Amino acid sequence: MEQEILEAIKLAVTNIPQDVVEALEEAYKKEECEIAKYNLELILKAVDVAKKKGVPVCQDTGTPIFFVEVGPNDNIHKIQKAIINAISRATQEVPLRPNALSVLTGKVLGNIPEIHFEPGNKTRISILMKGGGSENCSALFTLTPGEGLEGVKRKVIEHVKACGGKPCPPIIVGIGIASPAEKAMRLAKKSLFRKIGERHPNKEIARFEEELLKEINSLGIGPMGMGGKITALDVKVEVESRHPASYIVALTIQCWAHRRAFIEFDEEVRIWQ
Amino acid sequence: MAVKLETPLSLEDVLKLKAGDRVLLSGVVYTARDLAHKRFLTQGFPFNPEGAVIYHCGPLVKGMKVVSAGPTTSARMNPYLNFIFSKGIRAVIGKGGMNPEPFKGRGVYFAFPGGAGSLASEFVKRIRRVYWEDLGMADAVWELEVEEMPLIVGIDTKGKSLFI
Repeated sequence: MEQEILEAIKLAVTNIPQDVVEALEEAYKKEECEIAKYNLELILKAVDVAKKKGVPVCQDTGTPIFFVEVGPNDNIHKIQKAIINAISRATQEVPLRPNALSVLTGKVLGNIPEIHFEPGNKTRISILMKGGGSENCSALFTLTPGEGLEGVKRKVIEHVKACGGKPCPPIIVGIGIASPAEKAMRLAKKSLFRKIGERHPNKEIARFEEELLKEINSLGIGPMGMGGKITALDVKVEVESRHPASYIVALTIQCWAHRRAFIEFDEEVRIWQ
Repeated sequence: MAVKLETPLSLEDVLKLKAGDRVLLSGVVYTARDLAHKRFLTQGFPFNPEGAVIYHCGPLVKGMKVVSAGPTTSARMNPYLNFIFSKGIRAVIGKGGMNPEPFKGRGVYFAFPGGAGSLASEFVKRIRRVYWEDLGMADAVWELEVEEMPLIVGIDTKGKSLFI
């Protein structure tokens, strides 16, 4: 298991998934502004160099985030150990930048994964190597239930506008609506595992995702915040239950360098993006 | 056509540049992010700041080789701009843009796309030395030799910024 996790981490940081590359190429075609096109041209070159040389596309190899569905015959102690060992080896072998620092002393602690476990029919690990620049643009809004989706839209647009070029646009926006607060943020993060262009199965949410994408792309922020038509490649929304008093909206932003990978342990092991 | 520039930069070099100009930068750049800037304030620069270029970057390094080295979010370093320009720094390289006011008459902002670290490292010829390694890989000051690094003038010395 450790070896497969190591391979998936390497794949995630060195290879941008095909759906994201296609969305970036599409953005390049749509942009008319010379600087927007130039930024996208360099971005696409970086994707290419990383793939050919097998090096991380971004020097910030991120915080490793794992969502693990644990199959009935597996146990979380074993999986956790495999993840920790794989991260430690990946830090040396890929390599990854040691990105975990002590809050109080600033001492470098290596890389420390954030792991979320839940029961599943088979063991499946979803990996997100998430950079600090985009993570710094995370937000949590406690709306009133009366504000509903209109309120969500207003807050999301305001926030994305305020972030400008900081999260490395074209971005992918993940939104979780639920309560308590940690449930909303967990949903927002998980929403980033859906492919670019893959809409939510619920029609109302799917429509809402499209509306948000359109509004974000009318802001004019553009690639790297230097102006242009394409500020976001996609918007994902997930919802779960809420408390009668609460309507909590968590927002996560992913940079264009969307580093994700999946592993499924069945009769055979499958790794993909 | 891109303007070719060599470090150290003179005031004259940067006064000529306009937001939107393309530059190919060669010479030496010094990486510095949050903790290094904080230390500049109390301990001064470990290198000669006159005409120097600061790169907002926490490179991924193996041995003494750069693996990936794109820019980090520059806005976090806004509070230090007046100080670095007062000591003779002439340019910063980063992503996402900065407060344009302190650049007026003193320095320029060069933009390189964030996330494109694999491409940026292609223009880094070698690491000349490292200062303040106790800050860790991302926060140490790396003296990098670059050759024709392609940059866009994002903020010029008139304070014109391309950032939305």
